[in-house]
Amino acid sequence: MEKMTTQTLTMKLNGEEVTVQVKPSALLVEVLRDELELTGTKVACGEGECGACTVLLDGVPVNSCLVPALKAQGREVMTVEGLAPLGELHPLQKAFVEHGAVQCGYCTPGMLMSAKALLDDNPNPTEDEIRLAISGNLCRCTGYAKIVEAILATSAG
Amino acid sequence: MKWEEYLVPTSLEEALAMLEERQGQARVIAGGTDLVIQLKKKEVTARCLVDVTHLDELKGIELEDGFIRIGACVTHQELASSILIQERAAALAEGASQVGSPQIRNMGTVGGNIVNAQPAADTVVPLMALEAEVEVATAKGTRRDPLGGLCLGPGQCTVDSTIEILTAIRFRALGPNQGSAFERLAKRKALALPILNAAAVITLNDGGDTFQDVRLAVGPIGPTPSRAFDAEQALRGAAVETQAISAAMRLAAQEAQPRSNPLRGSQEYRQEMVKVLLRRSLERALQAARGS
Repeated sequence: MEKMTTQTLTMKLNGEEVTVQVKPSALLVEVLRDELELTGTKVACGEGECGACTVLLDGVPVNSCLVPALKAQGREVMTVEGLAPLGELHPLQKAFVEHGAVQCGYCTPGMLMSAKALLDDNPNPTEDEIRLAISGNLCRCTGYAKIVEAILATSAG
Repeated sequence: MKWEEYLVPTSLEEALAMLEERQGQARVIAGGTDLVIQLKKKEVTARCLVDVTHLDELKGIELEDGFIRIGACVTHQELASSILIQERAAALAEGASQVGSPQIRNMGTVGGNIVNAQPAADTVVPLMALEAEVEVATAKGTRRDPLGGLCLGPGQCTVDSTIEILTAIRFRALGPNQGSAFERLAKRKALALPILNAAAVITLNDGGDTFQDVRLAVGPIGPTPSRAFDAEQALRGAAVETQAISAAMRLAAQEAQPRSNPLRGSQEYRQEMVKVLLRRSLERALQAARGS
């Protein structure tokens, strides 16, 4: 196969400027996981149906499996690794643990990022607003109730 | 799916030149929420993607001389949260608020929804009822096309994304005595394609008791988003009464020829539901027109 040229991608990733050479066809999730080894972000459906790959792009949740990496040029990306310093937990992560909102854990990074975007925008959401905010994140284990409780608990605190 | 170039032009002229130089090998990308999936599945191929989301001409929602102009790269989220759209074209704000998921709405654009040409596109159905037209930039200049003729069938749009760029959508803002609404039926409340969707835009006379104008759109009941012309005609000039509305809904159901579909339900069910969804949207449009 013919060797593909690369293009330079510079973005602010979890607060730090990062420059990486990427294939023009690379998707954001591939660069995050395979090039930058931030494997907290998951891939499941690859079609924008499940939300496991959710990251924040300029503060709003997007499906990183559908975003060409070069769309992040000059923009801010936050992954689950950016929620809290190494070894510490973000209040949302603590609440997820305390409320039993994590079972298999595969949806959790995406859920956390959708919840983070919600609380940044609306620190005291209603239960309906929480359900809407995580409506693009599928969970097949918890039945969502514990996740909603965890987010509600974080917002109240 | 392996495109070899990803270009980000900063002007419309540059973008058109990039497309022209590559003679059909390049394709416009906006939010990418449909296109990336199609490229992954090899339903669409492109050697080069030209990202038009940074072009000023394709941004913003503005009111100009009674018309609303929406840049083609306005996202569903921007449409859904726009006060101007909520107040002067509520059906469109409602449609946009139901596309995909929050993540999709943050990336997906109204222009992309149009060019992707699906018969039940949640922003296209209300835009049909709003009688929108689109602006398309080509190497020869800009042309304006009525939205109604753009979709030729599922995935087929008259705008050729390898050489042309849909830049904006334009329609008359709704005013006094006018109202609009959008309704949707799907298996789940989120992340589910519509079984049916419908939009109504109505104009009442000054007394508020007669339909001066009615525009109804519904999808997917054929290869393209559809207007319920027979029902519209029956209601134009009719008194605002349950009987007239019921008769018009029966006409809409007759006019609609939905097919049985394992994902969307049986023909019989969907034909009945055309009446229900159009009636709901009509009733809410009526409330809006009466200012209640």
